[in-house]
Amino acid sequence: MARHRILIVEDSPTMRQLLVFALKRLKEVDIVEAQDGMDGLRKVSSDHFDLALIDINMPVMDGLKLISLIRGEDNLREMPIIVITTEGASEDRERAIALGANEYLTKPIQANKVLRVAQSLLKAE
Amino acid sequence: MSEKRDGLFARAEEVLSLFRRGAEFTQELLKENERLRGRLAELQTQQLAASDEHQWEKLRRELLGRIHDLERERESAVERLRMVEGENRQFAERYLEIEEENNNLASLYVASYQLHSTLDLAEVVKIVVEIVINLIGAEVFAIYILDERTQVLSPVASEGREISEFAPCELGYGMVGAAVASGETQCGDAAAAEDLARPIVCVPLRVQERPIGAIAIHKLLQQKDGFTPLDHELFTLLAGHAATAVFAARLHSQSERKLNTIQGFIDLLTK
Repeated sequence: MARHRILIVEDSPTMRQLLVFALKRLKEVDIVEAQDGMDGLRKVSSDHFDLALIDINMPVMDGLKLISLIRGEDNLREMPIIVITTEGASEDRERAIALGANEYLTKPIQANKVLRVAQSLLKAE
Repeated sequence: MSEKRDGLFARAEEVLSLFRRGAEFTQELLKENERLRGRLAELQTQQLAASDEHQWEKLRRELLGRIHDLERERESAVERLRMVEGENRQFAERYLEIEEENNNLASLYVASYQLHSTLDLAEVVKIVVEIVINLIGAEVFAIYILDERTQVLSPVASEGREISEFAPCELGYGMVGAAVASGETQCGDAAAAEDLARPIVCVPLRVQERPIGAIAIHKLLQQKDGFTPLDHELFTLLAGHAATAVFAARLHSQSERKLNTIQGFIDLLTK
């Protein structure tokens, strides 16, 4: 079975570590971390990823801008994206989905929910 | 002459083969006869048993006993199945509990790991803010640090409202001051969330008996209904570990300052 490559774009080290913890439970995954939108864009442009988890509120470049740039690239149009938002029913979340995000997770993050959503998008075990 | 003899031999062979087949057929007939005799004897015995009332009763009892045994076996199998189903349910519930426990432990591990990952006070405060937002799910809150000289708790970071909106408070006074002085987590009225002097929960930060500061939560994120058992674990963790991290960072910064001063003196004396 091919390994899944997952990109986490999140400025908070606490959140990044928690997401890595949750996603490591998936079998055969490689996880790459990016600390802001710009770093995420660099990594997603130079490497292949099967899934990206993107926080909306980030310095340098926010998650919404990053999603719109990713969806503007022909080769990245199909990459599944999960957005992480703070607000339960915010406009940001709706905008992210309108921009092309596939799923959303709200804070506080629950590891089992992260795992379930990632599994369904990766169609992984 | 020779042709005549060959023909004679061939006919003799034919006759012999006919005899052999006849012998085999006779053997088969004898065997079949034997089998039929056996079957006849068996049927005669059964007929005798059926006509004999004692034998019949015995047979009936045997059959009823066998039916009874089978029914008992079936009941026991059904009972076992029920037990296995119950065990399965228990295992599934236990699995979910363990999974939740595992998730909680991961959150607690991440929080404590991050809190002790730096000796810079500003970084420690930033990490506490991250934990309160991302792991607890608070929308409006403030972090207070105690000035040991003046015994005043001053807000050093806030989220959801400007830091200037949170007033400093004296140790032992007000909800925040009282929580820090007593070392007990205080819970307030959720309806009074707008009053920044009355948080819905105030977690005192203490190193053993030494008060360090407090986390005052005024409002939870919209999607969060209330505090979970994990939140209470996080409060306990923050009360101890955040306090230790703040204390260590302050000590580190003081020692750095002292070291710089001493180094300055040494430089002054030696140059």
